[in-house]
Amino acid sequence: MIKEEPTVRQAKSMKEYLAPAVRSIPPSGIRKFFDLVSNSKEDIISLGVGEPDFSTPWHVREAAVRSLEQGKTKYSPNSGIPELREAIAEYLHNSFQVTYEPSDEVLVTVGGSEAIDLALRALITPGDEILIPEPCYISYSPITSISGGKAVGIETFAKDQFKLTEQSLRAAITPKSKILILCYPSNPTGGIMTYEDWLPIARVVEEHDLIVISDEIYAELTYGYKHVSFASMPGMKDRTILVSGFSKAFAMTGWRMGYACGHSELISAMLKIHQYTVMCAPVMGQVAAHEALKHGLEEKDRMMESYNQRRRLVVKGFREVGLECHEPQGAFYAFPSIVATGMTSEQFAERLLYEAKVAAVPGHVFGLGGEGFLRCSYAYSVSQLNEALERIGQFLKKL
Amino acid sequence: MDALKLKILEILKEDARRSAELIATMLGTAEAEVARAIKEMEAEKVIVKYATVVNGSKVDDEKVTALIEVQITPERGRGFDAIAERIYLYPEVKSVYLMSGAYDLLVEIEGKTLKEVASFVSNKLSPIDRVLSTKTNFILKKYKQDGIIFEDQEDDHRLLVSP
Repeated sequence: MIKEEPTVRQAKSMKEYLAPAVRSIPPSGIRKFFDLVSNSKEDIISLGVGEPDFSTPWHVREAAVRSLEQGKTKYSPNSGIPELREAIAEYLHNSFQVTYEPSDEVLVTVGGSEAIDLALRALITPGDEILIPEPCYISYSPITSISGGKAVGIETFAKDQFKLTEQSLRAAITPKSKILILCYPSNPTGGIMTYEDWLPIARVVEEHDLIVISDEIYAELTYGYKHVSFASMPGMKDRTILVSGFSKAFAMTGWRMGYACGHSELISAMLKIHQYTVMCAPVMGQVAAHEALKHGLEEKDRMMESYNQRRRLVVKGFREVGLECHEPQGAFYAFPSIVATGMTSEQFAERLLYEAKVAAVPGHVFGLGGEGFLRCSYAYSVSQLNEALERIGQFLKKL
Repeated sequence: MDALKLKILEILKEDARRSAELIATMLGTAEAEVARAIKEMEAEKVIVKYATVVNGSKVDDEKVTALIEVQITPERGRGFDAIAERIYLYPEVKSVYLMSGAYDLLVEIEGKTLKEVASFVSNKLSPIDRVLSTKTNFILKKYKQDGIIFEDQEDDHRLLVSP
């Protein structure tokens, strides 16, 4: 008797299994450019990274090693080890005059990115509009879509030093607007907001009953200006989820240590998602972060001084080779305009890569207002920066 | 010393070849001011020399370096200075430090061969009056000098492009 083969139902195309929200997200422009750069094997000077060139301060690394030696390898409380939450609250109070209760207004997360994701997931009802000043960090818009929200970009301009203005914010608001995501000092523009810049924005936020997610990951990296936390503006603390982390100020990108602070009810909602997804941030990272806050501020100042020196060098360098460049007052990026060359930022970045062996990120990947610019990180050694500027100068001469 | 000079020194210690123009740009100050500060520091012997740190293991004419612990009897009225001067005037001597602890002077000697260093110690250093004893330690390998790690540990391990 012939045995009948059981019929096996073929899986659909894998794409069809994907959640529509994920399927509809276009691939990241930065990813595409990363692939281009990685496939180009020759001697490339990259100005493309969004992370410090310093290693995590030695005493911070030692604290983590010590914690491992002591066997601190178990889960921590979901919201983070109490000493770290206290240190975060103390630091925010001392540095930015904003006061949080460590027990229920501070949540330690896996990088600032997780904090933003949690905030969006905790707040968004499908269809809500999320206002995002652009050019901005590339993740805000996609994670908004994943959470079911609709990202609404608000273009900012070089002539305003990429500040968010009251007028453009008002123009973008509709009855569906719910959240405003802020990121100052800004990746990719290096723009900052002063107290006077924030005042009218806070008024609009109050008028329209918005919640603000304020990503202040670059707060420690400002040059000649003291960072003003949006949460410290009158009446804004309870409307704001302050997001930050240790990556940029303490050169700890790989540790993935971040935090969110805000009204206890918002933090408690975020904690629910956090505890069911990641449980808690890695404990050795939390120990390291605690050490960084307690004893690393001097080291941070040393790094900042070094960034400042390089900032002056690249801004002058770009201007000398004929690229208009607004003066960034924060973060570690210069954002020169390449409009005068007549090329799109993607064309320019690709030709610069292939013909001059310099990698920089085309501005359009950062959203509205990014076209016509190039993001150039200056978290590189002075000799690398000089070489890159020399190559860019030669490249421009040949155009 | 003023803050500007200290900052200039930090920048020059990283790389002595940096020009006054470059330093002025990095510090956001005038080139003439930087040039003047450097000249003053040279005149005051704050800046003693612009040197190159060489990884000797990559150079064919590698030298032998020894650190010699020297015990001495200090001289009445001049302490250790007179004897230290007698020692540091020898061209073979790269550095001399007065130390606390089990011995008095630490003397760094550089020679072409082990024999040359040994002969310096036995023929020149040991016979000096007031030198009580010497203990010679040869440097076998340099891992780090003047804050610079010689092996290729300082490569940039970051991704070429990141958000």
